[in-house]
Amino acid sequence: MSTETMSIFSPQLAAKFDALVLKYPVKRSALVPMLLYAQDEIGYVSDAVIAEIADRLSITPLDVRNVATYYSMLRFKPVGKYNVQVCTNISCMLRGAYDLFDHLQGTLGIGHKGVTADGVFSLEEVECIGACCWAPAIQVNYDFHDELTNDKVDAVLATYRAKAKGATTNA
Amino acid sequence: MADVTFTVDGKKLTAPAGTLLIEACRKAGIEIPAFCYYPGLSLQAACRMCVVRQEKVPKLQTACTVQVGEGQSFITESPEITQARKATIELLLGNHPLDCPVCDAGGECELQDMTFKYGAGESLYVEAKQHREEQKWSPAVYFDRPRCILCYRCVRMCGEGMDVWALGIQNRGASAIIAPNGGDHLDCEQCGMCIDACPVGALTSGTYRYKTRPWEMNHVATVCTHCGDGCKTTLGIRQVNDGAEIVRADNRDKSGINGDFLCAKGRFGFDFVESADRLTKPLIRNAAGKLEPATWEQAIRLVASKFKEVRDRNSDKASSSSIGVIGSNTTTNEENYLLQKFARTALNTNNIDHERTTDYAGFAHALAGTTGRTASLRDTQTAKAVLLIGGNPTEEHPLLAWNLRTNFRLNQSRLYITTDSPIKLERQAIKSLQLPVGLESNGYEAFTEFLNGSDSAIEATSEAKSFREAIEAEESLIVIFGEEYRGQAIESLVKWGLKKAGVKFAYLGDYANSRGAADMGLLPNLLPGYVPVASPAAFTEEYIGLPTAPGKNAVEIFDAAGNGELGALYVVGSNPVATFGVNPAALKSTFVVVQDIFLTETAALADVVLPSASLYEKTGTVTNSYGDVQLAKKAADKAGVKPDFEIIVRIAGGMGIDVKKLVPFGKTNGVSADMGQSRGAQSGEADRHAVWLTANHLEPRLSPFDPLAVLDEIERLIPAYKLDRLNLFGGNDVASEPGFVPVSSIASARDLILPSHDGLFTSGILGAHTVALQELNQYQHQFEHPVVTETAAD
Ligand code: SF4
Ligand code: SF4
Ligand code: SF4
Ligand code: FES
Ligand code: FES
Repeated sequence: MSTETMSIFSPQLAAKFDALVLKYPVKRSALVPMLLYAQDEIGYVSDAVIAEIADRLSITPLDVRNVATYYSMLRFKPVGKYNVQVCTNISCMLRGAYDLFDHLQGTLGIGHKGVTADGVFSLEEVECIGACCWAPAIQVNYDFHDELTNDKVDAVLATYRAKAKGATTNA
Repeated sequence: MADVTFTVDGKKLTAPAGTLLIEACRKAGIEIPAFCYYPGLSLQAACRMCVVRQEKVPKLQTACTVQVGEGQSFITESPEITQARKATIELLLGNHPLDCPVCDAGGECELQDMTFKYGAGESLYVEAKQHREEQKWSPAVYFDRPRCILCYRCVRMCGEGMDVWALGIQNRGASAIIAPNGGDHLDCEQCGMCIDACPVGALTSGTYRYKTRPWEMNHVATVCTHCGDGCKTTLGIRQVNDGAEIVRADNRDKSGINGDFLCAKGRFGFDFVESADRLTKPLIRNAAGKLEPATWEQAIRLVASKFKEVRDRNSDKASSSSIGVIGSNTTTNEENYLLQKFARTALNTNNIDHERTTDYAGFAHALAGTTGRTASLRDTQTAKAVLLIGGNPTEEHPLLAWNLRTNFRLNQSRLYITTDSPIKLERQAIKSLQLPVGLESNGYEAFTEFLNGSDSAIEATSEAKSFREAIEAEESLIVIFGEEYRGQAIESLVKWGLKKAGVKFAYLGDYANSRGAADMGLLPNLLPGYVPVASPAAFTEEYIGLPTAPGKNAVEIFDAAGNGELGALYVVGSNPVATFGVNPAALKSTFVVVQDIFLTETAALADVVLPSASLYEKTGTVTNSYGDVQLAKKAADKAGVKPDFEIIVRIAGGMGIDVKKLVPFGKTNGVSADMGQSRGAQSGEADRHAVWLTANHLEPRLSPFDPLAVLDEIERLIPAYKLDRLNLFGGNDVASEPGFVPVSSIASARDLILPSHDGLFTSGILGAHTVALQELNQYQHQFEHPVVTETAAD
């Protein structure tokens, strides 16, 4: 397919994909990185993402789904602009992760895997995110926030809320 | 590889190093239970059912992945292993509904058998049931998710075996499910191989489901009636009011020329046999001009007397008889042989032909005088190198395509493809060359010249040259081509190949017995075995009164009819009016007899219509495209119809012909047999009698309707059909040798060849009468199929 004209991705990402497929002896090896980049840009692995990636790799959409559904970090439904992932694994749990999670559910008014009505936040409970030394920890998109308390979390949320507002007014 | 010696359960076994333990054990008669293992497909080790204890290895090993080595020692049954297998089954049953009483696989389910053996009576595994109602993925394939034990056989079968990749696995862990490529439906070749591979009843067949239970069927191995590959198919038969009905077709005992493979036509396209459109009574045109049911006696008497009358009316004009005969592509060799013998000796005419889909006469003549230059279909699964010229086997020769893929996958065979448009098999090709289309000359003929060194024949790009060099470098090569080559073109291609010692050929035709029709002499100028009628050699003695001038071919026969010069036309199992586009008015003054299973366009014009049995309803041999002869056995049965063989004999009898001269049967010509009179208490017990006869190497030929009585004569008169009977009757394919043909020149009329180009879901006139194929054809029509170059895995 002619990627310039029909891509659902930004020109930058499309160009990145064009380069990526050339890096491997067989095109399909680029599948996992492509899915991750696509999710970052589109927000989730939509049907359109699957179709275009399949096309770019000359494999079937089913092949893409086979792989994509294996990875719990890939998602097939939209999340909030800021996806809050609360670690409740052992270290964080011992240091109050569940209090934190309850608090977040209260303030955001959503449960596990929920999305706020304005689409700014989504919340999920996850396994160890590798910040055990500074438990409890959360990850918001690619940012880490650690050694948290309820108050600290409120402050963290506020910064994202402001960013989201800024984005809307700027746009 | 070198053999190694190892110990299994205290027994010393030997096998080539690297053999999988499970295979080595099976060969030695030690059965290891397995769900996910499937011979020939990639290893999965997903089910853990095959665990065994290997000496000095701390954990139980999976026999389906362990390769045997020198001095190893294994235990395959012990309390520890039994316990492990029991736990595996307990897990598998954690999600499995206990619906064996209604499951299609009940009675032939590997899980059921193993549960019975290892008896996991209670389950400690508590997990929410992943229930989902059964899903219809396509008209052919249904899926019952809870029954699935996630062995991935279907996924691998479809991907690796079929190269379709229509099935996949989604989600991880306990929520993993098998999913089709369309999300909730299948877009695929509808071969049903996934259903066969499934060890449980998770995948079931649209044509068979809920119809019967395995133990209620008889199983008859016969030959598929649809394409020129001639797969062996095992039909599941059940008695019904007016005969015996086919309820299922598969080949899950993996026997015969095709192993376990069948395509959609072989697997689902048998229902024409039960079609309501079947002719079941002879029809005679009445005074009002309408076809009206009659008895067999009336019909045969009428046909016989008319044939006799027309023959005798013209006996003075010895050279141009006014009877024409058109034979069939789907009747047996014995029937075809008998038909032409009947035409030549009883009707006194060489005006006999059939619907030619390929120029087999040209092929036989190109190979005349050589031996060992034709490839059997089996060879295509082991050949080191194959050159495929033209055609699209995936669509038209599904078993050949399967063999070529399997050969590539398992043996890294080198496949060269040259076609005028891209085909799917190119994914397995080491090199492919697209021939320019729209050339003034035939692009394929130019390709032969190019092979012969003429650089100007096609555009000699570096790609084309390296293609030619690679082919030249092959020590052994099977050259496969089809109807694109006829007459002189075959001659040149074969000549090119004969220059090299290791080259063999296969020439593709269309229907179940297209090859047999030509081999048996359904040709106006050639007798059986391609012996010219003008110099009939051995036939002189056997064929009393044989006219020696070549007769009219199909087109000339209809021309004669159009000119009012054809007194009678006898059409057996073919529909020339539609195929050759004959104007119905042309047959106005001809007495037309059509013998077929359906009221075809030709039959609708006939004066007498005789209902015949289909290939699934009779016994005889058929020859596939590659010259492999197989035995077709009577499976189904239908009241009212008769095999073509019997009909021809009855007509001959009605004409006052000495039937013994036509069919050698009885004490003098056949083999005499003891019918049980001499064995007192055993007399009259048909079954035991058959066993006794077989044990004493006797074959009773006591009836003129026994087609195999003619097989003796075929073997005697056609050198190419010196068949290994033991193998043939044992249900194996036996190769014929077309090189045993007199070297003489023939000019083939190119225009007479009308290839059918049937695809995966069409089959000449049969296709229109199978509901299953019609449905599949319609269903698959909604999808587009681009040729993709890469697959999910190779
Ligand atoms: S029917 Fe054949 S092509 Fe279709 S999914 Fe099953 S194995 Fe694949
Ligand atoms: S559907 Fe059948 S063959 Fe496919 S994974 Fe499930 S149990 Fe195995
Ligand atoms: S490949 Fe041909 S012979 Fe084999 S099952 Fe299909 S139609 Fe029948
Ligand atoms: S346990 Fe929470 S980051 Fe590792
Ligand atoms: S057969 Fe060996 S693990 Fe399934």
